[in-house]
Amino acid sequence: MAEFPKIVSADPKGVLTGRHFMDGDHALAEGALAAGCRFFAGYPITPSTETAERFAERCPEVGGLFIQMEDEIASITANVGAVWGGKKVMTVTSGPGFSLMMETFGLAAMMEVPMVIADVQRGGPSTGLPTLTAQQDMMQVRWGSHGDYRIIALVPDSPQECFDLAVEAFNLSEIYRVPVFIMTDETVGHMHEKVVIPPAEEIKVVERNWYTGPKEEYRPYKFDGKHGAPMVKAGDGYRFHSTGLTHDERGYPALTAEDNKKLLTHLIQKIDNNADKIIRVEESGLEDADIVVVSYGITSRIAIRAVQVAREQGLKVGFLRLITVWPFCENKIRELAGRVKAIVVPELNYGQIVLEVERAAAGKCKVISVNSCGGAVHDPEEILTAIMEGAK
Amino acid sequence: MSELSPTPEYSLDDNAFREQNPMAEFLRMERMPHIWCPGCGIGTVVTSFAEAIKAGGYDMDKIAVVSGIGCTGRVAGYVKFDSFHTTHGRAIPFATGLKLANPELKVVVISGDGDLTSIGGNHLIHAARRNMDMTVICVNNFTYGMTGGQVTPTTPTSANASTTPYGNTEPAFSLPFLVDAAGATYVARWTSLHARNITKSIGEAMKHRGFSFIEVISPCTTLYQRRNRLGDGVSAMEYYREDGEIQHGADTRTVDIGYQGKIAMGKFVDRPRDTYLDAVVKHLTSVIGDDYELYGKTPMEKKAEEEARKSAAGKGESADICEDGC
Amino acid sequence: MWEIKFSGFGGQGIVRCALITGKAVALYDDKYATMTQSFGPEARGGACQSQLIISGSRVLYPYCTSAGVLVALSQEAYDTYEPGLADGGILIIEEELVKPKANSSRVKLYPIGATRIAEAVGNRLFANLVVLGFFSAITGAASADAMKKALPGLVPDRFLKANLQAFDKGFEHGLATASQTNGAAQ
Ligand SMILES: Cc1ncc(C[n+]2csc(CCOP(=O)(O)OP(=O)(O)O)c2C)c(N)n1
Ligand code: SF4
Ligand SMILES: [Mg+2]
Repeated sequence: MAEFPKIVSADPKGVLTGRHFMDGDHALAEGALAAGCRFFAGYPITPSTETAERFAERCPEVGGLFIQMEDEIASITANVGAVWGGKKVMTVTSGPGFSLMMETFGLAAMMEVPMVIADVQRGGPSTGLPTLTAQQDMMQVRWGSHGDYRIIALVPDSPQECFDLAVEAFNLSEIYRVPVFIMTDETVGHMHEKVVIPPAEEIKVVERNWYTGPKEEYRPYKFDGKHGAPMVKAGDGYRFHSTGLTHDERGYPALTAEDNKKLLTHLIQKIDNNADKIIRVEESGLEDADIVVVSYGITSRIAIRAVQVAREQGLKVGFLRLITVWPFCENKIRELAGRVKAIVVPELNYGQIVLEVERAAAGKCKVISVNSCGGAVHDPEEILTAIMEGAK
Repeated sequence: MSELSPTPEYSLDDNAFREQNPMAEFLRMERMPHIWCPGCGIGTVVTSFAEAIKAGGYDMDKIAVVSGIGCTGRVAGYVKFDSFHTTHGRAIPFATGLKLANPELKVVVISGDGDLTSIGGNHLIHAARRNMDMTVICVNNFTYGMTGGQVTPTTPTSANASTTPYGNTEPAFSLPFLVDAAGATYVARWTSLHARNITKSIGEAMKHRGFSFIEVISPCTTLYQRRNRLGDGVSAMEYYREDGEIQHGADTRTVDIGYQGKIAMGKFVDRPRDTYLDAVVKHLTSVIGDDYELYGKTPMEKKAEEEARKSAAGKGESADICEDGC
Repeated sequence: MWEIKFSGFGGQGIVRCALITGKAVALYDDKYATMTQSFGPEARGGACQSQLIISGSRVLYPYCTSAGVLVALSQEAYDTYEPGLADGGILIIEEELVKPKANSSRVKLYPIGATRIAEAVGNRLFANLVVLGFFSAITGAASADAMKKALPGLVPDRFLKANLQAFDKGFEHGLATASQTNGAAQ
């Protein structure tokens, strides 16, 4: 088999090398362009629209194509089509649009399509708080489409990380043939900070795992629980089939429980078995911690402030930021739960990822949720209070 | 092969079959027999499609077929092209992405009336409005076949369906009128009795640049015919023969179909207009200049090509490289 | 660390002020800057505000908790945001548009006739740059040099010169004011 994953330098055409004062939404678009994304079907929704606008503006310069579709269902589906047409693709949305895209996320998982979707989260349910921040779609991204499947979800905490994680999201999606989600939020999306875009040769991009073997032997799927089969695109002469139905490795419908087991086990194992390679966290002070604050995205920036104050007061507080939320770092949490008094989980929702923390901690330590209805970031005091409670 | 799960259908030796069956070139014989009921009209459409491709002399590697969900939606699984069986209603947006990502493809959507005009109705009108370069073949059997004969937006008023057990009270969409009004640039309608006309229309539609739409009135023998006591497939053919009327160029406002009423057929619309992509490329070239290139080659590709050209020149022959990146 | 709030009504260039200052600090003064802004209909007409946090180390909390500087270019903005200004904080107002409370000794008040000065430069539209020059001189939160470097790309090319001029006018006025009031507030 050909070298895998094939890592190359970014195509300089898409890379806006330099130092910029940029918001998270723009940085997402730049990250996608740097990663080689050249197709973007989108639909406007606050607070994600700036990404689509940026991509539309930059397209002619990089020879890419942006199309505004009639709704989010169309935009996500056109992106799946465009992957089979050979392109790297991305779209962005927020709550209401994210809900509309759910069915096609399942199709993308089933067809094992590499693609990147960013959800710039706003307050919900329904139309909710269009212009205000939240982290309320963290479970939806994991479970929102029907059926059993796996996805990868990354959460940036700054515009710089929007750029960096966009590139990483594309790379992961190509390696595992899976939709990868960037679960950012209104605050990070609209926040301006310095974003450094490195020279193209320093940006490592994973190329699509193109099939190179003999035509007759081509199979669009390989249920190996690892990375799946190499891909081809429509028009290359393979005359292959792909379906949202349960299928065999030829891509043909195969509708027995046994067929389903082969397929599903693969979809799940290719992520679960590689979780250690996929998961990234940022940590500090975990070695001798009595209490650990587990957070992600914008909330982790607020949390650090609380952690700093608590440390100044002499408490041994560790900090764990989930850069990858899905797959969930359950081994890490399990290990921590065995030796700390409490884990504090602040989130801009009414307690979502805390459920995973509780599951992994399995009663071995206190788990304290610092939930919120969204609309604004936490007051660091709230997190501090929870840390104090954990220390008792 | 041994790792593959056995398909429920029996499989035949491909080579032997090709000699016997002229369709083996176009159909996935290993997937036969198909799932359609006896007398169902979908098979006719598939045959006509294959005939049209045979007659058209296309590069078969460059044809892609996209279906939604339904009995008709299964077509994609049986045709031997790059083919995609998507989700209910979403064949057109999928096809849009496929075509835009790889413009050299001839993209054909084959799906049912419920799929294309009910759940997918919004996509249908917008693809027509954009004049997205694709051919859409709608098998209109006036019902949701796959799910057991429910009412659709094309079910004639007063017809019986499983969800309108006392008769349908809603007016039906007249599809040629709908897509014409939305901007389709090629519109035709036939019944499944008129296989040769379908073949011809498919050929024309595939040669047409832009959004082409062919409606094929077709019997769902098991559900629509039976529930409305309209007899079997043969009775449907009799109805089509008696009430099908060729009206090429008819004003699409006049071609609606009442319950067991006249069926106006023919080519209603055929007019030139820039496709979505033509318009984009033309406009951006005028705004940005001649160096605008959709999906322009990457520096790496350009370098590789340069090298290929040099090495070919070294051999004393000119490299055969297509200028527009195909 | 600086917690700065720019406020006024939509169309006055409030967000632009914060963008220019943030860019100046982050790219040319080599400090950390995080800028957020009000979104939605208000940014297109009504009251509008933008916040900028400047720090020598990475900014964690992205919003003002107790603003040290408030720039208020409308009465409504002043009325809304003045109470959030820390005691002893710097309050910069457009003197023709904002009438401060009778007793405003809680904060350090710096009025400027920015619109009038901008008109002298050629167009009242440059008033926000006059304010920025003034702000830079009074606070020292962002250097004049960095602010000027930040302008290209954030103001239309054809008005770059006029904007620079407006900035300089504001800056000079700020230096003069600061020397009267016992040096820069820094
Ligand atoms: C989102 C969604 N809703 C409902 C269904 C169930 N469903 C499957 S096929 C179908 C109707 C298909 O009707 P039509 O497009 O007319 O195709 P036919 O079977 O008549 O050829 C429906 C409602 C589905 N698969 N997905
Ligand atoms: S149910 Fe109707 S549409 Fe479906 S295969 Fe049978 S006859 Fe055809
Ligand atoms: Mg039907």
